[in-house]
Amino acid sequence: MADDLRELYQEVILDHGKRPRNFRHPADANREAHGNNPLCGDRLTVFLKVDANGRIEDAAFEGRGCAISTASASMMTEMLKGKTEEQAKRLFESFHQLCTAEHQDAVAADLVDDLDKLQVLSGVRQFPMRVKCATLAWHTMNAAMAGQTETSTE
Amino acid sequence: MNVATNLRQAADRRNDPFDVEHIRADFPILARTVYGKPLVYLDNGASAQKPRAVIDAMREVMEGEYANIHRGVHYLSQHLTDRYEAARATIAKFVNAGSPDEIVLTRNATESINLVAASWGRKFLEAGDEIVISEMEHHANIVPWQMLRDEKRIVLKIAPVDDEGNFLIDAYERLLGPKTRLVAITHASNVLGTITPAKEIIRLAHARGIPVLLDGSQAIVHGGVDVRDLDVDFYAFTGHKLYGPTAIGVLYGKAALLAKMPPYQGGGDMIANVTFEKTTYREPPARFEAGTPPIVETIGLAAAIDYVQSIGMDRIAAHEQELLRYATARLQEIKGLRIFGTAKEKCAILSFVMDGVHAHDVGTIIDRAGVAVRAGHHCAQPLMERLGVPATARASFAMYNTPAEVDALVAALGTVQEIFG
Repeated sequence: MADDLRELYQEVILDHGKRPRNFRHPADANREAHGNNPLCGDRLTVFLKVDANGRIEDAAFEGRGCAISTASASMMTEMLKGKTEEQAKRLFESFHQLCTAEHQDAVAADLVDDLDKLQVLSGVRQFPMRVKCATLAWHTMNAAMAGQTETSTE
Repeated sequence: MNVATNLRQAADRRNDPFDVEHIRADFPILARTVYGKPLVYLDNGASAQKPRAVIDAMREVMEGEYANIHRGVHYLSQHLTDRYEAARATIAKFVNAGSPDEIVLTRNATESINLVAASWGRKFLEAGDEIVISEMEHHANIVPWQMLRDEKRIVLKIAPVDDEGNFLIDAYERLLGPKTRLVAITHASNVLGTITPAKEIIRLAHARGIPVLLDGSQAIVHGGVDVRDLDVDFYAFTGHKLYGPTAIGVLYGKAALLAKMPPYQGGGDMIANVTFEKTTYREPPARFEAGTPPIVETIGLAAAIDYVQSIGMDRIAAHEQELLRYATARLQEIKGLRIFGTAKEKCAILSFVMDGVHAHDVGTIIDRAGVAVRAGHHCAQPLMERLGVPATARASFAMYNTPAEVDALVAALGTVQEIFG
């Protein structure tokens, strides 16, 4: 089997893909957006509960997609809990760079651990057609925080 | 350059044994590798590869014969106009049209269908009129009618298929009513491979005075078409799936229907006379071909038609059916693999899903083994809803595919199972 396939489909990804965490619709969510990848038909909804101070109390998602998009969404929801909106935005930007750029900017200390975990998704760089799978949930989260209800990775 | 050398015909092989290796040698791209593996190209339903005959014909035109057509008095323009119109005649003969004037050259099947919707539909449809389509249409045979629906307040009726993908002719007949103005149905499903009972569909519609458009993009590749035998009113197909170039499509329309239709786009080449007060239009098909047409591509498509006919459409179909049988049997051996589309009459298209694995992951993994398939909704999202899956992987076979390539697909699917356990 090709090494880049092993790199892409690491155990962590397969595990999150098969048994996604926070795969639910929280009744008390106060932010919500639908993400759609029209090229492949993948759809998901990201739910956030953000408190009055802009801190994310809960993050969850529902939908259907490939192993990469599901794993990415699952890992994202785990990391968002307890973050401020500002941190979530920076995490999105760092993650986007991780998926698309060969060289990444230095990551702020508060996000280093998360970025380390997200390294398992960096294999998509070798699969340009799959970058959108990895980033769909993140774009959707970004849209939810911005108060939009729809986003698309066209 | 001597014209005669450029009009050479592909050697007639219809009496030779069907030799897939000989055919493969005609397609330069099949010699290449992908990720260091021999290319196994099973995405022919999306677009077919090009034989040297097509590549050469197009290159020869551009290298030695090129000019604009229908407007020059000079040698090259006249010569290429003749070749272009000869290509139209080749296409007409291939589908057994009554006359080359029934062949409108477009950009692709999508444009052919849009032409009918925009010209025929706008002129002849009124609010409340009905168009019957089916559950297994490509978006190209849904969206133009939806746009017309929203503009003219017409109604779309959807003819169903069963779980195997068989077209349900009785349910279809029940949809035909006093307000039905058009039936627009695929001749073969790009997802399920189902070949629809076109003759019966047309007979039932014609018994009620309803014209029928068939989307022949997939069907024509796998067995050709005889539009007069079918008695179909409009037949749309694209060149690039028929081993021809991109950007050339065909709309066959019965002469009597085309004659009643207004222009689709305005511009040069489609006019009889223009003043600032009034313009008169030429007769079909020129009326529907505004602007400089895809000259080189039309000649390329004619070369593709000459090529497939030199091998024989029947023999191509028989070879593909053999591959379909073999591939179906091999894929059925794979645990957890489910095939979508097991209609009695099928062309060589195999859609499938694997338990617990999204089609995109299947596509990505087997791509690394050099196996190209389509993964996704295949521009048929309503059908995906009907099947209850977000996406399928699809292997679609062409005349140059081999049983060994089916084996390569099966081996690659083994890697999918290895990864996903």
